[in-house]
Amino acid sequence: MTAIASPPARSNTSILTVGGLLAAVFLWSLYTVSQTTDIIMNVHAWIFVLMTGIGLAGLLIWGGSVQDKNIFDQTKYEDTIVKFGVAVSMFWGLVGFLVGIVIALQLTWPNLFYFSELGWTNFGRLRPLHTSAVIFAFGGNVLIATSFYVVQRTCRTRLAGGMWPWFVFWGYQLFILIAASGYVLGVTQSKEYAEPEWYADLWLTIVWVAYLLVFLGTIWKRKEPHIYVANWFYLSFIVTIAMLHIVNNLSMPVSWTGTRSYSIYSGVQDALTQWWYGHNAVGFFLTTGFLAIMYYFIPKRADRPVYSYRLSIVHFWSLIFIYIWAGPHHLHYTALPQWAQTLGMTFSVMLWMPSWGGMINGVMTLSGAWDKLRTDPVIRMMIVSLAFYGMSTFEGPLMSVRAVNALSHYTEWGIGHVHSGALGWVGFISFGALYCLTPWLWKRPGLYSIRLVEWHFWIATIGILFYMISMWFAGIMEGLMWRAYNEYGFLEYAFVETVEAKHISYIIRMLGGLMYFAGAGIMAYNLVRTALGHRAAQSDNLSVASQPSAAPAPAE
Amino acid sequence: MSDHDKDVDAHSGTETTGHEWDGIKELNTPLPRWWLITWYVTIAWAVVYMILMPAIPALPGLGTNTPGVRGHSDRVNVAASMDTLRTARQVDAVKLVDASLQEIETDRDLQQFAMAMGESAFGDNCATCHGAGGRGAKGYPVLADDVWLWDGTLDGIEYTLRHGIRHSEDPETRFSEMPAYGQMAMLDRHQINDVVEYVISLSHEEFDAEAAARGAETFEIQCTSCHGVDAKGMRDLGAPNLTDADWLYGGEREDIYATVFNARNSHMPAWDDRLDDATIKALAVYVHSLGGGE
Repeated sequence: MTAIASPPARSNTSILTVGGLLAAVFLWSLYTVSQTTDIIMNVHAWIFVLMTGIGLAGLLIWGGSVQDKNIFDQTKYEDTIVKFGVAVSMFWGLVGFLVGIVIALQLTWPNLFYFSELGWTNFGRLRPLHTSAVIFAFGGNVLIATSFYVVQRTCRTRLAGGMWPWFVFWGYQLFILIAASGYVLGVTQSKEYAEPEWYADLWLTIVWVAYLLVFLGTIWKRKEPHIYVANWFYLSFIVTIAMLHIVNNLSMPVSWTGTRSYSIYSGVQDALTQWWYGHNAVGFFLTTGFLAIMYYFIPKRADRPVYSYRLSIVHFWSLIFIYIWAGPHHLHYTALPQWAQTLGMTFSVMLWMPSWGGMINGVMTLSGAWDKLRTDPVIRMMIVSLAFYGMSTFEGPLMSVRAVNALSHYTEWGIGHVHSGALGWVGFISFGALYCLTPWLWKRPGLYSIRLVEWHFWIATIGILFYMISMWFAGIMEGLMWRAYNEYGFLEYAFVETVEAKHISYIIRMLGGLMYFAGAGIMAYNLVRTALGHRAAQSDNLSVASQPSAAPAPAE
Repeated sequence: MSDHDKDVDAHSGTETTGHEWDGIKELNTPLPRWWLITWYVTIAWAVVYMILMPAIPALPGLGTNTPGVRGHSDRVNVAASMDTLRTARQVDAVKLVDASLQEIETDRDLQQFAMAMGESAFGDNCATCHGAGGRGAKGYPVLADDVWLWDGTLDGIEYTLRHGIRHSEDPETRFSEMPAYGQMAMLDRHQINDVVEYVISLSHEEFDAEAAARGAETFEIQCTSCHGVDAKGMRDLGAPNLTDADWLYGGEREDIYATVFNARNSHMPAWDDRLDDATIKALAVYVHSLGGGE
């Protein structure tokens, strides 16, 4: 045993520093409450007062009760926080999918699902609620939870920072609360995927820097000679998101006690910064972050070595180097200078193979264990997620080609593309990780029911296909309708006719989303029963042998 | 294993890197050849594309970006294709301007061109309020029927298009103003109720005869100057026929009450300055053809 029991003084330091930060935010929020004339700022400042107050009280009561105990026992992994992460991920996932169905209904039947007296149910407010709930609340929590789990196992050490990982977790939930309530109350800085206003951005910056330090600190004190590939990917995700978040959100508040701010960018610079951010949020949040999950959970679950170390090095560095330049392809045929469009497009095409490197490495890791595709639906879900990943990372470079983009841009094809990546890749790899983590964390021999995983897999997969195919159909159709000229040189269709033409596709898309949501509901049930220690009838669990258990061994 | 320093995976026969993390090992498989070749091909393609098209900014000695061997420019291309389109349309557009509306309607070729142009312009400019194909909505007149507030002839439609309705910036705009009887306290609530009942009686089966009789007197004093003694409306004033089943703002009691109490007097913008002559004439022909042109 080389375990080092931290001196208690160090534990106290982290409690004191977290407490100090909370106290500072508490006081500032209290001051804001007293000064603000902005009703929404008032609500949000109260939320900050309440949450930081609860945090402070908790720290005082709990910190006092454990004064002489070795609370951050360095011989044990910090897993409670990961359990919380699994639970909130599932919760936010369900919320996000449900809001998605609501806005799909609003698009399908705008007259039935428009409530003029309830302004907050407007599509314009619910849409960012949906995107942020699925990307940042669901995806973000999956990333934080899995990264905390994986970095400890692959570094064979407890999370660094004592109390700080808890600050990261709860601070992130507070950010979600502020962002989500802001959307429905009408707070937005009108930047896609970066809608929260300056004060929420500042808070997230603090949380994110703490996240980076906790992650780096854990790697710093690792007991393995090398850093595992999953951790490279997690680190690139955390570092780049910090950079993107800060640069894109640079703005000047109108008042320190008001919600509104003005971006420091304007015009085409604003557009380019926004899509540098937006594109790389896809690249470094939804791609490298979830590739990190893939690099741990697939080899672990399949019990096979990673296919190629060399491929992981080459595709990692090429992916992160090339991805960051591809943003301008979101602004083809706009005021953006053409040379920037050229670079955005060519870098997107060069990105194709680096993206596929991750797919090859994940899928080929299964060589020697192909039978698990048949016996273990969790493995199948993760491999199918790589198939969707491969498909959408081929589709992406294709759509970035200017001639193709001239047809696909602004159409439903884009929505379909995003969702094959989001539902297929990000969703399925996350579900796979949650299916692995729940029995491992709660120390159960296996899932409650493998048969329910089968149901989830098939319902959700068919739902994704409904979604993708209907949106391809609608997108290409409206793209062609928009550019159709009659023999006299006039536009063949009015815009509203192209909207009408999509009605059937919208219905099918909504059904696809409903199926995906139903699958997630089945999953939530299965995970809760698993955590409670229940087991379905034996016949449901024929493949129990293929549910490997984690080594719960403490760091040694 | 023949070599003690090497860890070889039994299934694939490939060496691992010798490291292990939480039970996970990595094989030292070389890069897949097809993967590497495909990547090189995309890079080569990108380089060629960057040579051909505007690409590299701010090179020393070059004020702007590299223009590319093909000298391609989106701006130039857009201007050129707009010119081509304008020229193609111009031939028939000139004829539209020269011909009278009646001539356009009777000349088959010209009429088809006007319909194509009108339909397109209608979708972009008019459908927002009047709906696709002029189907109308509450507060926005149906253009596809034979009920006309102002004038349903070709020339009348053109006039409305050019000058709008109650468009204050155009001195020739079509204008009339129904008083807001309730807001301006010209009638009290009982009187308005009675007038509404009278109006209801003109087109409905069920009504309160007593109230309608009282309302008839008020109607004669207040309303006939515009809506006519027979309540069938007056085109010159844009005053609608109150005896039919067609209601712009709804024909229920509460709708009519609101109309009398607050008045409606909605607006249509004048298009004279926004659209060219050919487009306005084409729109007149198109709207005239929708179903109820006079």
